[in-house]
Order: sequence, then structure tokens, then C-alpha cells
Amino acid sequence: MTESLYRYLQLLLHILTALLLGPLIPGLINKTKALVAGRKGPPILQLYYDLAKLSRKRAVLSRTTTWVFLMGPVGTVAAAWVAALLVPFGHSPAPIHFQGDVILFAYLFALARFLTVLAALDTGSAFEGMGAAREVTFSALAEPALFLGFAVLAKSSGSLSLSAMLASPGFALSRAMGPLILVLAGWCIVYLAENSRIPVDDPSTHLELTMIHEVMVLDHSGRPLALVLYGASLKLLVLAALILGPLLPRTANPWLDWGAYYLALALFAIAVGLVESLTARFRMNKVPQFLMAGVLATAFAFLLLLV
Amino acid sequence: MILYGLAVLLAALSGVPGLFFPRRGGAIAAWMLGIAALFGLTASTWILLGHGPWTLPLPVTPLGSAGLLRFDAIAAFFLVPVLLLSACGAVYGMAYWGDAHESAPRVRLVFGLTTACLALLVAAAHAFTFLLAWEGMAITAFFLVISEDRLPETQRAGWIYLISTHTGTLCLFAAFALMAGSLGGFSFSGFPPGLAASPRGTLIFILFMLGFGIKAGVFPLHFWLPPAHAAAPSHVSSFMSGVFIKMGILGMLRLLTWVPDPPLWWGGLLVLLGTLSGILGVAFALGQHDLKRLLAYHSIENIGIILLGLGIGTLGKSTDSPVVEALGYAGGLLHVLNHGLFKGLLFLGAGSVVHATGSRDLEKMGGLARLMPRTAGAFLVGAWAICGLPPLNGFISEWLIYLGAFQGLMASRLPWFIVALSALAIIGALALACFAKAHGTVFLGLARSPVAEHAHESPKAMLAPMVLLAGACILLGLVPVLVAPAMDRLVACVAGTPALPGLSGLAHLPVLTLLAPLLLILGLVCWWWLRPSLASKELPTWDCGYVQPTARMQYTASSFGDGLISGLSWVLWPRVHLRRITAFFPSGRSFTSHVPDLVLDRLGTPALALAARGAVLMRFLQGGQLSLYLFYVLITLLALLIWMVA
Repeated sequence: MTESLYRYLQLLLHILTALLLGPLIPGLINKTKALVAGRKGPPILQLYYDLAKLSRKRAVLSRTTTWVFLMGPVGTVAAAWVAALLVPFGHSPAPIHFQGDVILFAYLFALARFLTVLAALDTGSAFEGMGAAREVTFSALAEPALFLGFAVLAKSSGSLSLSAMLASPGFALSRAMGPLILVLAGWCIVYLAENSRIPVDDPSTHLELTMIHEVMVLDHSGRPLALVLYGASLKLLVLAALILGPLLPRTANPWLDWGAYYLALALFAIAVGLVESLTARFRMNKVPQFLMAGVLATAFAFLLLLV
Repeated sequence: MILYGLAVLLAALSGVPGLFFPRRGGAIAAWMLGIAALFGLTASTWILLGHGPWTLPLPVTPLGSAGLLRFDAIAAFFLVPVLLLSACGAVYGMAYWGDAHESAPRVRLVFGLTTACLALLVAAAHAFTFLLAWEGMAITAFFLVISEDRLPETQRAGWIYLISTHTGTLCLFAAFALMAGSLGGFSFSGFPPGLAASPRGTLIFILFMLGFGIKAGVFPLHFWLPPAHAAAPSHVSSFMSGVFIKMGILGMLRLLTWVPDPPLWWGGLLVLLGTLSGILGVAFALGQHDLKRLLAYHSIENIGIILLGLGIGTLGKSTDSPVVEALGYAGGLLHVLNHGLFKGLLFLGAGSVVHATGSRDLEKMGGLARLMPRTAGAFLVGAWAICGLPPLNGFISEWLIYLGAFQGLMASRLPWFIVALSALAIIGALALACFAKAHGTVFLGLARSPVAEHAHESPKAMLAPMVLLAGACILLGLVPVLVAPAMDRLVACVAGTPALPGLSGLAHLPVLTLLAPLLLILGLVCWWWLRPSLASKELPTWDCGYVQPTARMQYTASSFGDGLISGLSWVLWPRVHLRRITAFFPSGRSFTSHVPDLVLDRLGTPALALAARGAVLMRFLQGGQLSLYLFYVLITLLALLIWMVA
């Protein structure tokens, strides 16, 4: 009885985390950046306030756009929610897990990208077309890195379900340790690129020529913009689980695991903030090289596993 | 199986009434092909539900014993897209290639004959019937390609196609002859163990791969495909791309069913060819500005994906891992059907665009979604599916191939699985880029030329087939469990062993069936929340405050693909024409870029031109007088006589 009650409580916690926690991460990143730069910075909950404000505003739509323009934000959030149900936060299994959910996970983000890119092209704006072109170009390198990493984890854990692959016990001691470090290094690069963070993209400027993701959503306003911002924060939350899961040690108490996960998530957000503070954004033509490093790291990890 | 026979007969005759009643020809042909499709689909469903195969026996025993035609699970499966796309094409053709075209009766007649040849070919169980149907298909398709035979571009495409298809057939003749030498007959029967690994088996395999590879458009044998698909009328391109090139896959599949013990390198070669076709197909597609050429290169890419599936299945067979075998074959085969559905849809959509604007040039399009919303919606479904994105049918087949690759990867140390996996990931990302480009530049944004401003929605006869195919894509994507029993039977037929694990449990299709509606519901929740806040559309695109944004400021198809194309320029070799300004004052500038085909334009044509120049050197032998040639004959005979005596 208590066993299944615990399971339901954990399920509830997972869903609440997925629904509500996302906007906290950009807040933490921005606070870190502000503190490092010697500023006071916006409050950590700023994105929640922004979302509340945007949801009360009316959306302005361009004459040029069609319903595809709204599919971008809608599809991004829906796909990220489903992805959030597939990924384990820490060591308790995800609400939905089955052999092969890892493929669906990756393709849900591809779906979100496809719809965002189409929404950007729907405006007929040069800037948004530019951002869309960059997005699809860079993702062509991020995708192989992601899948090569999955191949390493699948081979070392003997499972095709994220819940088992990411939470496989004994990673730290096994032969898979070396490859795992390489995979996580590669995925950190993928994380920065997929979430449009410095050094790949700059989420804070409004100089269109330097941006990828922000420039694609220039014309969104009101509730659609709220969905875009919320979807981006969900992506930060969900993809972080890929990196944090294998890193965390497993404890005997599941609630302690959850606590450790939240702590690790906060530290991870601060680490991203530090990376953003301490590095400069790459020139656009350097970005492929950076992503290539991610592909190579994961490819070497696979070779290392075979040795 | 009388239904199958009736379907073939109806299809073959569908164009004949049109010759006598030119006014009603299109409608009669569409009705006949529609009824043929109903009959054929019923027959296929019957077989795929688990009833035994039906065989047309041979009247004379010396030719072999297995029969001329054998309507088994493989035949039933391939018949589905053949008849479905043929019927859709005929309905579409009524409006698209109507009686205004003088070639309309001819195209209808040949279209029906091609359908009948294809329907015979899928069930062929003897080298004689196979090659007969194969040649019938090749020649009728030639007449379909040159429907607009006044255009020099079409003539060239037709010749290239005719020559390459006959080269392929020649390889098949040699392969069948060699096979008959080993098996003692021309009927399709299993190889004895050990033959496949022998040198003779290797030769047979390579010849078959050449013959079938040309038909399927496997890189680097694909060179006939883009010009032929671009030159043919769109409903014919849809049919050719959807089912015609799949006959190469059918041939490979038949070959794989005969072999009980394929050597490891067979699967490896299939994976390698799949990787090559897949990545290069989509890379070349990215560089195209011609909508139909772009789609044609995507056919090469999808053939690559199918080959990846077949390769993984064959590797599973070689390494005795039934799970990998079932997943690989099921994924490859399901992709045959899926690609038929969405590529047929996309070519019909492209046809509607050509019909509305009179152009295939992506750079002239833009904003068509507002003028032809239904076509745009159907094309979006096709683009969504071909990128393999959930929850549409393309995802299901790629999912199976991915699972096969992952399972193989976990179970063995063969390098092919990780190659297949990385290739699929890269293909997926590039296909997404390419279809974002295609759909975005054609249907979204602002019109880039007057032809796109005055576009109009297509008539109902053109929309109905698109809606049907789009519906099929959505249905198979949302409810993948529907195909699971049929796929199980099919995989058992290919693998030769009925004891393979069931696909439904293996690939977790029920879970996918549950998750697809979940995704839709979550999307609808967001939409429902969004809707009340939307203002009416009065303003132009904000675009950071441009006062007068114009259509010329949009990103074009070339600029959208530029990042990837310059990254891939080491294989694509794009041609850029840039007029530089040398004077002191600004003057007109221009920029164009295009990506010619690597094999045809970059290697084949220059090499053939060189060979032609070399042949000039031999011209002194050609005197043009009969006596001279008789003299040559005499010398040859004398030489032979001396050789025989010595």
C-alpha cells in the first residue's frame, strides 16, 4: 500500500517538476551572470512574472502569417511536455518508460525545431529566415552527437529506455566511466547549442545578426511569446536531466535522491551562468567546429567502450 | 485469386476507352483504376491477414516448378502502394493532365499499362515473368517520362533513363543466367547453403545489386532519377517515385528471401549503400531550387533509409539475432509503404504548385499557403511525415530501423550498426532542414514573383487524392498497431522462418499509439489557451521595425541552404556565378548558385565527352563503302580460322 502510494507521490512530483520548475532555470542563470558582472540582476523568479504578464496581453499577428505561425509555440511546448514525461529526473523512473523511448525523446525535440523553423519562415522576415537557417544547420551536427551518446549509454547499460540508461547504477565504478565522461562533455556542448546559450548563441542581445533562437521568435507576442519562453525553459530543464542523471550517485532513500537532483539542477544552472559569464560568443563560422568537438567526443566515447 | 487477376486486367485496359472517347477518357480511366485498386487492396488484405499464397502454375514443366506468378505476402504488400498511387494518380491526372494536353490519351494508356506491369512484377515467381514485367515496366515508364516530348530537357531525361534502365536489365539477365546455372532452373527457389558465400554467389549478388540498384536509384547509380522525375508530369512522378523505384527494392528483397545464409558483408554493403544514398541524397536535395528535382533527390535519400533497414535485417540474419532481423526488415519494408504514401503526396502537392504557378523554381514561390491553403496543409503533412517526425507514419518506420540498429549495437561488436545509427541521425537532421526550406519558401512568407501572387487553389479532383494520402499518413502514424500483424507475416515471409518475435510487442507500438494522442491533446490544450488572445491580422511583420519590408528581403531557398551547402561543398561542388563590381560606382550585381549532379554532370558527361573525342581517332576505319566492310569481315574470319587451326 505505502509502496504504491510512494510511487504515485513520486509521479506527482515528477509532473509538477516538469510543469512548474522550468522557468526557474533561466532565472538562476541570469542571476549568476548578473552577480559575476557585478550587477544586482533581475529576481530569480523574473520569468514567472514575465509569463504572467504576457498571458494577460493580446497577441499581435502579422498579415503575412498563417496558422503555421502559431504551430511553432504550441508544438514546442506540447513536444517538450511529452519529452518531460519520458526522461527521469534523477534516479526514480520516468512516468512513461519503455524500450526505445530514447528515440522518441530525440525526435520530439526535432519536431519542436521543425515547427519553430516553419513559424519563423511564416513571417517572411529576413532576420527570422536567417535564424531558421542557422538553427537547422547547427542541429545537423548536434543530432549525431546526441545519438552517438545514446549509443554509448545503450551499450553500457544494456537498455534502450532513458530511465534505465541514465540511472544505471554503478556507472562511477565500471568500465564505462571513461566513455561516460566523454559523452557528458559532448552533451554539454549539445546542451549549450540546443538551448541557444553562449558561446553558440546569445539569448540576451537584440542584435539580429548574432542570434539563432531569439531571432526566430522576434515576431511572437502575448500568449504565443509566453509559450515560446516557457518552451525554451522546459527545454533547459528536460535536457539537463540527460546530463545530471548519470552524474548523481544513488542513495537508499528516493526522497534524498529528489533533493540531490534539485540541488544538482541548481548547481548546473549556476554552472551554465558561469560559462556564459566567462566565455565570449563564437563567431558564427566557429560554431560548427565547436559542435564538431561534441560529435568527436561522443564518437571517441563509443570507440573507447569497444576497446 | 480472381480479384488480383481482375485488378491487373482492369489496370491494363484502363487507358483503352480513352482512345475512343477522348472526352470522357480521364474519368473512365480513373474509375477503372479505382476499382482495380479496390479489388487489389481486398486481395492484398486477404493475404496479409494470414491466408495462404496463391500460385499461377506453369503449363510446361521443363521451365521449372514454382509457377509463373505467386501472390504471397511480399507481393500483396507491394501491390498496396502500386494500386493506391495509381488510382490517386489517375484521379489527379483528370484535372492536372486533362484533355487540353494533346498527349493525354497516350499518357493514360501507358499509365494503365505501367500499373498492370508493376502489379504483375510484384507477384512474378519465375525469371521469365519477372523480366517480362520488368521490361514492360521500363519501356512504358519511358513513354511516361517523355510525355512532353517537345522539350529538349525531357528528351534528354528520357534517353538517360532508357539507357540506364537497359543497362540494369542487362545485369539482371546475366544474374538470372548465372543463377539458373547453379540452381538448374529459372524459377525462383532457395539457394543451396554455401552458394551465397562462393565466388559465383558473390558475382550473382553484385549483378543483382547493380540491376536493382539502378532501378531503385541507389547512389551512385541514381543519376537517371532526378531528371526523369522532374521531367515527367507530376502524377507520373508521384507514381514513379512512390512505387516504381521500389521495384528495385522488391528485387533485392526477393534475392534476400532465396538466401538462407547471407555472408556478413552483404548486410554491410547494404548499410554502406544506404548510408551513401541517404546522406548524399538529402545533401544534394538541399542544393536544388527545382521543387521536383528536390523531391527526386529525397527519393534517393529514402531509398537509402530503406536499404539501411534491409541491411540491418540481413546483418541480423547473418548473426542469428531474430530481434534485429525482424526490426530491420520490418522497418525497411514499412518505409517502402510509407515513402510511397508521403512521397506520392508530396509530388502531387508539387504538381498543384506547378499547376497554379507554372513554375518549379523555388525562388519564385512564397506565400502560397494563403492562396491554396488545402494544398499547403497536405504538403505540410507530407513534409512532416518524410522528416520522420512523430506522430506521423515516417516516424514509425524510422523508429523500427533505429530500434534494430540499437539492438544490433548492444548485441554485437559489428561496426555497421553504429554507422547506420549515425547515418539515420544525420539524415533526419538534414531532411528536416531541406523540408523546412521547401515548405517554407513555397508556402510561407511573401510571394517572390508575380506568378506566385496569382496562384489559385487546385480543383477538387487534384485535392481529393492528396487528402486521401495525407489521411493515410496520419492514420498509420497515429495507430501504428494497425500494420503490426501484416508486418509480422511479411517479415516471416522475408526471413523464411515463422518463429520471429511479434513486432507489436518488440517495438512497443501500443505505447506509441497511446502517446500520439497525448501529444495531440497537449497541443490542443496550448491552442485552446492561445486562441482567445489573438488579435486580427492588420499589421505587417514587425521584423525589428522595418518600415517597408518587401518580399525581396526574405531569405531565399539558396540562402536558407547556404550554411549546410558550404559545409558540404567538398562533396556537392556547388557552382556559384557571382558578378563582381570592379568600377568605382555601384552597378548591377547578380548571384546564382546551383548544385549539379555529382555522377551525371560532374563525372558522367565529361567522361563520355572524352570517350566520344577518343572515338574520333577510330574514324579512319569507317570508309563508308560496302566492300571495305566485307573486307573487314573477311580478315576477321581468316584470323578466326588461323586461331582455330592453331
